Amino acid sequence: MSDDLSTAMLRTESVDKSFVLHLRNGLSIPVLRHVGLSVHEGECLALTGPSGAGKSTLLRSLYGNYHVDSGRIWVRHEGTLVDIASASPRTIVRVRAGTLGYVSQFLRVVPRVATIDIVAEAARGLAPEAARARAEALLAQLNIPRRLHALPPATFSGGEQQRVNLARGFIGNHPVLLLDEPTASLDGENCDVVIDMILAAKRRNTAIVGIFHDARVRAAVADAIYPVSPLQDAA
Amino acid sequence: MSDDTLLSARGLTLRFGAVPALVDVDAELWPGEVLAVVGESGSGKTSLLNVLSGRCQPQSGVVWYRDPEGRLADVHAMPQPALRALHRSDWGFVHQNPRENLRMGVSAGGNVGERLMARGARHYGSIRAEAIAWLAQVEIDANRVDDLPSTFSGGMLQRLQIARTLVTHPRLVFMDEPTGGLDVSVQARLLDLIRSLVARLGIAAVLVTHDLAVARLLAHRIMVMQRGRVVEAGLTDQVLDDPQHAYTQLLVSSVLQA
Amino acid sequence: MNTGYNFAYLDEQTKRMVRRAILKAVAIPGHQVPFGSREMPLPYGWGTGGIQVTASIIGPADVLKVIDQGADDTTNAVSIRRFFARTAGVAPTTHTAEATVIQTRHRIPELPLREDQILVYQVPQPEPLARLEPSRAESRRMHALSDYGLMHVKLYEDITRYGHVSISHDYPVMVNGRYLMAPSPIPAFDNPKMHMMPALQLFGAGREKRLYAVPPYTEVRSLDFDDHPFRATRAPHTCGLCGATDSYLDEVVLDDRGGRLFVCSDTDHCETRREAGGARR
Repeated sequence: MSDDLSTAMLRTESVDKSFVLHLRNGLSIPVLRHVGLSVHEGECLALTGPSGAGKSTLLRSLYGNYHVDSGRIWVRHEGTLVDIASASPRTIVRVRAGTLGYVSQFLRVVPRVATIDIVAEAARGLAPEAARARAEALLAQLNIPRRLHALPPATFSGGEQQRVNLARGFIGNHPVLLLDEPTASLDGENCDVVIDMILAAKRRNTAIVGIFHDARVRAAVADAIYPVSPLQDAA
Repeated sequence: MSDDTLLSARGLTLRFGAVPALVDVDAELWPGEVLAVVGESGSGKTSLLNVLSGRCQPQSGVVWYRDPEGRLADVHAMPQPALRALHRSDWGFVHQNPRENLRMGVSAGGNVGERLMARGARHYGSIRAEAIAWLAQVEIDANRVDDLPSTFSGGMLQRLQIARTLVTHPRLVFMDEPTGGLDVSVQARLLDLIRSLVARLGIAAVLVTHDLAVARLLAHRIMVMQRGRVVEAGLTDQVLDDPQHAYTQLLVSSVLQA
Repeated sequence: MNTGYNFAYLDEQTKRMVRRAILKAVAIPGHQVPFGSREMPLPYGWGTGGIQVTASIIGPADVLKVIDQGADDTTNAVSIRRFFARTAGVAPTTHTAEATVIQTRHRIPELPLREDQILVYQVPQPEPLARLEPSRAESRRMHALSDYGLMHVKLYEDITRYGHVSISHDYPVMVNGRYLMAPSPIPAFDNPKMHMMPALQLFGAGREKRLYAVPPYTEVRSLDFDDHPFRATRAPHTCGLCGATDSYLDEVVLDDRGGRLFVCSDTDHCETRREAGGARR
């Protein structure tokens, strides 16, 4: 084991994944093959590649949201390495609670819960008033006006919903953060806000793996690139 | 059974005549976690809930429960009084139809206080105060404490049932389609209430539902059942987003998007 | 007098059966014991249970008092006394102190009873949970498991609705700390008399075919809440005939202009006081 790996917050070894579509007579579609990447504290790794190559699939696999067929996904959780690929569901829940955060591309929440509550609830280790205050600050930073805080986000625009999603993802201060197209529906000003938030997180030693379709954003935050190339379909 | 499992079932088998309700089913539940059991009608999910909670005897298999002192008990070998006492203290059961678990002719406060009185509470003032506190937890206004449940809406009845169940701080709650009978507009608030109560009180729950969205929202782990067998089990979002088994893939792909 | 009936009307085997049931009842204070209630020459609702219990325990040397709502001279009491006079020939009395067996409908005599006396209650509904739990199987289970939360819920509801427990008669009690019992429709005022009574108390319900017992010196506690304790209530009046201020009173309507008189419900108690110059009090 090299020095490199001893400080890696997240590291994969030879991860393979295929989708088997039983509803299509067991059609097997390989997506990931021998994926080996690593990211350290304070570092941001960008996954690149054409649309449909498997970037999102890889990111979800890192989170344990997708099942992988073989390989290891090591996450440094409270000092020890946990393999997400083979960990029990309870362990994954614990790792997500304590270490591994994820911001999806789309906001998915319980209907009729106020935005401020959705964000505040994702705060870790804060008393309710402090969590609310932090949520308000983040929402303000992301240009969600106060008058919207008490409303459920279902009627917000796509961009607003994504910003609520981001607030919810960043408030937890997870040591490892996975970002799936964080600026996809945002205008220039808000992209800058997100860049600032990512840079601030890096300064706090957060390890980040992200998919950034916007080259400018990628250039501003990424320290390293991992290219994901599409595999051939099985016949 | 590992050191900290709360409920552990092995090899559960149950048939109703020729119909297999449960075929060699295993299940485990840890403290503070929510396990959803999903499936279509005839999957065996309700039978599983009934067997786990001791309401129905399996033909083979065993269900172990670990009490607060750490002792293991075979749920189906327990004497009736012990099982009844368990259901009134450490365990709770939320029915789909709240009327089955409420006394409609008794005030809301009386309904919530009953379990306390059954356990020996003898101070009227304290019982009423505690009932009011629990009504607040389920977002029922304090001034409804003396009202009869017959004046409550469906959503309020379900919330009252939940308060009545939680008043003795159960560690394990069985839920059978808790939002099943309610109007859609009411379901969302109730689901969020259940979610926050379970998280805040550290309650473990076995939740039977046919609605995958409810499972996704409330459960850490999920078991998918088909014709009495568990076909897939694991982390909820993983099973629902990346289903491996053919039947799970069928279920997930059949959900209508609103 | 040869009436063609066995002593005290019932045949000896029936009496043995009832006595066996009574022994069981005495062994488990407050627990309802089913018994083979017989056809009696009175309809149900007229004290057939009490009569069967009395008939099974009475002997030629006994002295029998029968009261109905505390009075020896109401139709019911008179009929039952005459029944035993015809079929058993036992000596009747109206004086509580002289009786060895007292059969009563809905009252306990004011005079404290002794160890050599037996009090037999006529019971319409032996099941204290009858109006709260419609399922008989479920109420039996509740008794078996000592699961009486529901009864307390009823008291709770009364306090919620009226500010106090509204039960005036047949007020539920816990016997020997274990069984919930219906004391029969005696006024709540009489409940404290049951506690640690030196006499044996037997309860017979003919229509429902159950009997139960409270052995001498048994703990009998009326249900209540710590902050709403049980209170024995009576009309706040004095007996118009003997001047008693602490006996249970009946209200007698004198005329159709609202004239009323309160008198002791226990006729023997009142008479005894009057003979002893009760106006003293």
